[in-house]
Formats: sequence, C-alpha cells, structure tokens
Amino acid sequence: MAGAGGGNSDVQWCFSQVKGAIDDDVAEADIISTVEFNHSGELLATGDKGGRVVIFQQEPETKNQPQCRGEYNVYSTFQSHEPEFDYLKSLEIEEKINKIRWLPQKNAAQFLLSTNDKTIKLWKISERDKRPEGYNLKEEDGRYRDLNTVTTLRVPVFRPMDLMVEASPRRVFANAHTYHINSISVNSDCETYLSADDLRINLWNLEINDRSFNIVDIKPANMEELTEVITAAEFHPNQCNTFVYSSSKGTIRLCDMRASALCDQHAKQFEEPEDPNNRSFFSEIISSISDVKFSHSGRYMMTRDYLSVKIWDLNMESRPVETYQVHEYLRSKLCSLYENDCIFDKFECCWNGNDSVVMTGSYNNFFRMFDRGYRQDVTLEASRENSKPRSVLKPRKVSTGGKRKKDEISVDSLDFNKKILHTAWHPLDNIIAVATTNNLYIFQEKLN
Amino acid sequence: MLRSVGYLTVCSFSSPAPQRDTMFPKGTKRKFSDSGEEPVSSGDQVPAAPSVATRSLTSSYSLQRQSLLDMSLIKLQLCHMLVEPNLCRSVLIANTVRQIQEEMTQDGTWQIMTQALAAAQCPTDRLVATEVLCRQTDAAAQAGQSPKPFSVGGLEEGYHAEEVVMEGDVETEVTMSTLAPVSPQLSSASYLAGPFVMGPCWDEDEEEEEEEEEEEDGECEEDEEDDSEDCVSEGEEADRDHLSPDSRTGEQVFGTFEIKHPAPPPDPALEELFSDVDPSYYDLDTVLTGMQSAPKMGPYDLLESLSSHGPTALSSSSSCRSDLNELDHIMEIIVGS
Repeated sequence: MAGAGGGNSDVQWCFSQVKGAIDDDVAEADIISTVEFNHSGELLATGDKGGRVVIFQQEPETKNQPQCRGEYNVYSTFQSHEPEFDYLKSLEIEEKINKIRWLPQKNAAQFLLSTNDKTIKLWKISERDKRPEGYNLKEEDGRYRDLNTVTTLRVPVFRPMDLMVEASPRRVFANAHTYHINSISVNSDCETYLSADDLRINLWNLEINDRSFNIVDIKPANMEELTEVITAAEFHPNQCNTFVYSSSKGTIRLCDMRASALCDQHAKQFEEPEDPNNRSFFSEIISSISDVKFSHSGRYMMTRDYLSVKIWDLNMESRPVETYQVHEYLRSKLCSLYENDCIFDKFECCWNGNDSVVMTGSYNNFFRMFDRGYRQDVTLEASRENSKPRSVLKPRKVSTGGKRKKDEISVDSLDFNKKILHTAWHPLDNIIAVATTNNLYIFQEKLN
Repeated sequence: MLRSVGYLTVCSFSSPAPQRDTMFPKGTKRKFSDSGEEPVSSGDQVPAAPSVATRSLTSSYSLQRQSLLDMSLIKLQLCHMLVEPNLCRSVLIANTVRQIQEEMTQDGTWQIMTQALAAAQCPTDRLVATEVLCRQTDAAAQAGQSPKPFSVGGLEEGYHAEEVVMEGDVETEVTMSTLAPVSPQLSSASYLAGPFVMGPCWDEDEEEEEEEEEEEDGECEEDEEDDSEDCVSEGEEADRDHLSPDSRTGEQVFGTFEIKHPAPPPDPALEELFSDVDPSYYDLDTVLTGMQSAPKMGPYDLLESLSSHGPTALSSSSSCRSDLNELDHIMEIIVGS
C-alpha cells in the first residue's frame, strides 16, 4: 500500500540501483551534498560538490516486472552553481550545492531551488518533445533560405522529436547572505521561501529576486559574544506563518511571522535539559542540531544531533516525545571524533510518507531506520557488496561489548570516512535514496 | 598525541570505565587520589610528579583537559586559505575552549599556568611581567570578576584584536598564545619543571603537530564579515569604551594588542608588508594572539607571529622573528612600550 513503511514491521529492503562512479578514488567534485525527492516522488534530485544537479526520473511501472517499482534513470543534468571569488575577502565561494528543494508542480514544468553558500537559484526544468518544422524562410538546419527559392507559403507544424529536458535558471537570489547558507525551505503558500545562514534567516518571494526580508537575526552586536549559530530552518508544512530554526546549542525555536516582522522573539522554544550524568566538554558539540524536519502531518518535528534523533510534539516544549540513539557506541570515542573533526559532521534525517518511520545516516556507510509504532530499529549498509539486484539487505550490528559475534563489526573497525549524511524517502512509497560519499543508492521495499 | 582520520585512534579520553561515562564531568574536581582511577590508554602520558600546591593538576584529568585545550586552540588556528572556515565549527570549538578555561580558572590552574609562564621569562622581564600579571590578577580578584570567557573575537572583517580574547585578563591572553606549540624556549623553559610535568609530553606533541602543520598554512582566517564600515565603527566604538581613563592594565594590554584597521597613522613599512593581504586572515590569529600577523605563514608558528605584534615590531617583523625573544617582546608590549 502506498505510503506504508512502518505499518508492517516486516518490511524488508532490497537493493535497487546505485548511481555514480565505481572506483574508490573519489573525485572531490562528485561528492554528493544533497538528495531530495520531488512531491510526487517521480523525480529525485542530487547536488554535488562540483555545483552540479542531477535529476533522476522514475520509469513507469512495467507489466513485465510487477515486483519492483520503476527504476530511476538520469533525466537532466546541469551546472547549477559555479565557483566564485569574493574579491573583497579574497576568499573562494564554493559551488557546492548545500540544499535542493522542489516546488510543488503547477504546470508541465518542474521547478526547484538550489543553493550554495551564498546564492539561491530557481531552476525550471521543462521537457521538449516536439519541434516546429516547415519554416518558410529557414532550412531544417537553420540556415536561411535564399529568398528567390521561396515559391510557396506553408504553415510550420509541430512534429515529434526526441525528448529533450532543458534546465534554465529563472531567478537568481544573490547578495542577501553574509554567512553560509545552510537551509532553504519553500512555504506552503508556494509564493515565498526562506533561506537561512549561520546568523540570519531571510524571507523571499519566488517572483522577486532583488529584495528579501530579514526575519531572524541572531548576530550579536559584538561578534566576540557569539556563542550560538543557526544550523537549520524549515517552514511548517501546512501553516504558512510558522517556521522553526535550530541552533548549535541544541535548541529549536518556533516562530510565528504574524507576530512581528522580525521574529527574534520565538513563540516556542524546544530544548531538552541536559543529563548531568553525561556532561562533558563535548556535551555542547554533540547537542548541536544538524537537521530539523517537520513531519508530513505538521504535528511533529524531528531533530538530529550527533548521537541521536529526537521527535518533538509541537505542543510540548520541555522535552522530546521520542529519542532514538543512532550510534551511542560513539559516546566513549568523542575525543577521537573531535580530533579528526568527525564530531562536526552534519547528518540529515527524514520521515517516511506516513510519518511512521524515520531514517538517518551514520558511519561505515550504515544508515538507521526507527519505526516509531513498533519501536524497532534497524541498521543497514549501503555498499557495492550488497548490490545484486533485488538482493535483500541484511541488518548490520555494531558490537559494543568485548565479545564480537560473527557478522558484527567492532566500533574500532568502523570507517569514519564513509559517512552517510544525506538520505531521502519517497513521499508515497517505500523507496529510499541514500548517498554515500560519491554514490547514490536506491533501495526499495521487497514486494512479493 | 592523537593521530587520526579514517579510523578511530587511541584517544586518551576514550578508556571506558565500564560503569560510567568516560567523559570527565564538568565541575568535578579531580583530586590527586582520583588519578589512579582513570587508566590512560595512550602511551604518551608522562607519569605525574606532583608538587605540593598542584596535585590536582597532575591527575590524568587535567592532562586530558590540557590536551583538549591544546587541540582546540590548534583547530581554531588552522584554517583554509581559500575557503571561509565553517562558522558553526569555529563557534563550537571556541565554546569548548571557553568551558575549559572556566573550569581551569575555578581550579586555580589557569592562574598557576600563567604565572609559571611568566616565570619563564628572562629575569629582567620576569619581574615586570609577574608584577603586571599579579596586579591584574589581584585587581580582577578584588573586583570579584572571573576572567571573561574566551571568545571568538575575530569574526568580523576589519575587527581586530580589540577584545580579542577577553577583557581585562591579560594572563589568559598570554597563556593562550604561548600554549600553542612552537618555541623551543618554551619546551625547555623552567616553568615546565614545576607543576607542569606534562612538559616532555608537550614537546612531543609540539613536534608532531609542527610536522603535520608544515604543509598547512598557519594562516588563520575566521569567518565572515559585515560591511567593513560596520565593523570598523564597531571596533572603534568598543575600543573607545575600553580605553577609558581608569582602565586597568588589561585594558592597556588590549589597547596595545589591538591593531586597528585602518591603522592610524599608517606606517609605510606596515602598509607595504600587508598591502596584498586581506584583513580577514588575521582574525583567527587575533583571536588567540591579539595581533596581526603576516599572511601566508609557513609552518604553523603561533609564537613567531607574536613577534610581529605591535606597531614597532611589525615593520621589522622578519628581524623580530629571528632576533627577538618572542616572550620578551610580549612583555615589552605589556609594559607598554
């Protein structure tokens, strides 16, 4: 049934496809930096460090293979952002795509927002499968005809052609962010969107690219007093006046734009009191929230900090309603992870279509799913070794005690260079996209 | 020291006691007797030789804490030349340093360390320095202040040094700048013989880190800025606030440590030296050292950069590095030459 995922605790996941280069030598530009399904799930977009966007389209289901849903094949590839040089600061502006967000579809064309550290762009992706033929003044190849040879008059007609997918930039929203953009979010009114950097959040109209409104500003008057930055922001899925933003101190603030033009005063603040038993010098760092996502229903939101995923009820600010440990075995390794900077990795998280299961990534190309209803969790791995078509993924386990069982992997053997930061879940079906460093894995639910 | 990347290293913090979290809880004062309870797994810890007044300092906890502090300072220093560093990461590291500093101040460790550093100076400077530091300490103590927390000061273009590390706390300033690996003088300095028997351990760390950082630019840049107009005006304003007539020694120190941009009056040698340099490069540096340094420094060398500190020195920074004792130079500035 479409939209399921957690209703059945026996969901098995199968390998479906893997995109990207096979060799281990990863080109820096190929590192995937964002993954996003569109609202129908038919299109899957990825952005990479080289500033490119690749869009995959799901093939319609065929009668031949009713067991699996359609495969995703490349639909369009384009260069979204180019590297720039800020001459004032003598610094490069990376072309890495930080986020992609699809707009709800209104007509035949698709629209998405893509952003790097400084500039947001609205792209229109349209199909062209017909072209006009039979011009009076032009040859078929475009050369102009000698007027003397024109003896008849005819009406050009459209004839089918090979499908061509064109991506064109419709708007460029630039020069509004001093700091690095970490989030963009389209409002449910489909007219506005927000962009958030480390210290400010701006509100844009999709039609107007030379003006934006600042709605949150946490920059202190004295920069030396800076102790907290904005890490993520998102609009409520239903209420167009509500958005949330998370911080590096582990707090989430919900703001109502009707209250005032500048939403520095939050309407609600979500924060869990610290556990005094777990206090350490790393407590603040691991409490820093790397991602925040509303549930599809809009009733809950999910936050990801370094070691856990937390589900919050918007009606209760004092503590999350659910907490899931992603890789608690890393708690005793925080110093090493601090030293190699892994502690600053920003993992994302996502909901399934009916908000019953949440998913997030980990190290060693592991990713985790938590079934909220059945209170079960599973660890799976995205690797080429499990990449036989339709092969069922075997749950993985990290051994924390002294004795390591067969098939378990010990904490010290984990590869911290193989991290899954970006995952996405099809809005309706049990299809997931998981990005390793430079490969995109697509897994599907095993259908009988 | 800790080595890393792909796989987890043996980290001195990560020797789990089965019943409890290995992370030392904040605020827990580790007494000397605790040191036996914390097995340290990494091999480069030096056995403690406690002295009377500083037993708590030689526990493995304080060694680990010191190591964490060093690591954090280095992280703040190292930055990419071309791409702006991650502000979130910098803020989190700075907060960590602040936490450690607060705790060490409560322990009394911080002041001991700074006094020990002061004692490592040349005899002529030492008295002055000690006096200055002690004076500052007393003043602060009398005022009931605790040293202001470490802050990532240099986060704005054009904003320089001015409250770089903290207000009114010179010893922290000095300490932080000398904590970074480098000067061979430090490693052999007598202060290490005292409570800080981590000295030899430090040496190793220094050398390793120096080697690792050979390749990297020691150049620092902190993150973003606003309009430079904003920053300059902010800097100047705050600066005026600081240099009030009854400002303490610390304030004077910050006055000397700070370098305004644009610096009046323009020093031709200075101008030439920095003509092709972007001020934002200095910011991280100033966070820890309170001074501008020449760009594109070769091997990471925090103390070397200190020698370029101060208006007089800047014009002859290259000669400073080779000729002057860096710590001497700091003391000169503190004294207010």
